[in-house]
Amino acid sequence: MSVPLLADSRLVAGKDLRLEWRSRVTTNQVAPFAILVLVLFGFALDADAALLDRATAGLYWIAVLFSGLLAIQRSFAIEAVDGTRDALRLSGLDPGGIFLGKSAAVAAQLLTLEVVLLGGVAILYGTDLAGVGLLAATCLAATVGIAAVGCLYGALAAGLRVRETLLPLLLLPVLAPVLIAATRAFEAALGTVGVNGWAWVTLLAVFATTYTALGLACFGSLLEDS
Amino acid sequence: MTLSATTRPPAATGDAGPAPGPPAHTGSSGSRVLGTLTIVGVVALVAFGLVISPADVNQGDAVRLMYIHVPAAIIAYLAFFVTAVGSVMWLVRKSTWWDLVAASSAEIGVLGTGICLVTGMVWGRPTWGAYWIWDARLTTTALLFLLFCGYLAIRRIPADPAVRNQRAAVAGLIAFVDVPIVHFAVSWWRSLHQDATISRLDPTIDGLMLFTLMLGMVVFLLGYLWLMVHRFRIAWMEDRIDDVGLDRALDERRAEGQPQPVAAAETDTVGAL
Repeated sequence: MSVPLLADSRLVAGKDLRLEWRSRVTTNQVAPFAILVLVLFGFALDADAALLDRATAGLYWIAVLFSGLLAIQRSFAIEAVDGTRDALRLSGLDPGGIFLGKSAAVAAQLLTLEVVLLGGVAILYGTDLAGVGLLAATCLAATVGIAAVGCLYGALAAGLRVRETLLPLLLLPVLAPVLIAATRAFEAALGTVGVNGWAWVTLLAVFATTYTALGLACFGSLLEDS
Repeated sequence: MTLSATTRPPAATGDAGPAPGPPAHTGSSGSRVLGTLTIVGVVALVAFGLVISPADVNQGDAVRLMYIHVPAAIIAYLAFFVTAVGSVMWLVRKSTWWDLVAASSAEIGVLGTGICLVTGMVWGRPTWGAYWIWDARLTTTALLFLLFCGYLAIRRIPADPAVRNQRAAVAGLIAFVDVPIVHFAVSWWRSLHQDATISRLDPTIDGLMLFTLMLGMVVFLLGYLWLMVHRFRIAWMEDRIDDVGLDRALDERRAEGQPQPVAAAETDTVGAL
């Protein structure tokens, strides 16, 4: 590959996914947590089928955000031990490549979670998964955006004593537009509300592009400071 | 905004006390003029807002909240813009001056959005019949408030100043870039559910009311500048204490000339700072 940026990002993503494959934290802890959130929503809404059907899109994305938060925290917890952060910095890899690689690994885990959760809402809430193309496009665009902001803030909170409490406070307000847009697009796909879902996917794509660009520009300065 | 000599710790190597002696206040002749103008302006705004300007035909006396609600919102947006500029300048030039400007401005911005939200809710209760409705502008302001609360949380983290400044600058940028996206998403979302947001400013606004609103803008702008000057100087002095205060304290301890407690005194000073 002639582009060192992409080669570097492949290296970092490969490392993170290999770690994940060996430790199985996403599959053994985060995915069950995501399903648990769906079950808890069922309790909170009194298992009212009509209400759950109407709220499926929103509940789905809330579950994605909450469980995604865990995946992002995990992605930077593995850089915190044994001076890995310094090793990463000294490795000579392009910071932009590191950012892309970490984002790609988080995105891959998020997509897995989203597939699990889609199965969850189909079974638990009896959702009829119509509009598969729109659902897939929404998941893809939203995931890239969540992963990009997540990696920026994950690196930002890493190594600070208060990172566990700080990350949700930082991340969730920034992701509010993603929640709004992804929920509306899902509602369009599922036929709950008659809106133009693809317009919301465009907004998600703009969000993803903006924060990927910001990450490429800023990640180096976040790595060099510590 | 130039720093007068008063903001630097005095150079005297007195043995009065262990603490480095910062000046007792952050005022200067310029800030006093600014402060006087602000206070006079607030008095005038109270007079115009509460007494001289008429009550609205539809909203009654609730309209008077507009004279602080709208200026507070505009000052908040201005403040966050300054924070974004300061963050970029820190990232590009590593300028402590700009970093402290960004930090000071964000605090005033959060205060502004806070005032805007509270007055908006108080106004909404008689006008809309509820403290909160999911109006696009109100929702955007609430998110802005939370976004920059996160920014301020980063600023308060005990960490090495260079690390903290760097991360706060990136966080400031992330938050600021989000503002137009949030605004767009929220307005688009709400426009699907309700036909039109309630217009707060009557297009044919009464002349005296318009004047009062403009007066409010000027007073809040002056207040912003005044607070900025003081907040910045406090931040600068804190920065100096971190920077110079330690050396000064070490020198003072060495000057005490007792060979035996030196090591213990040094660790004490580090701990205290």
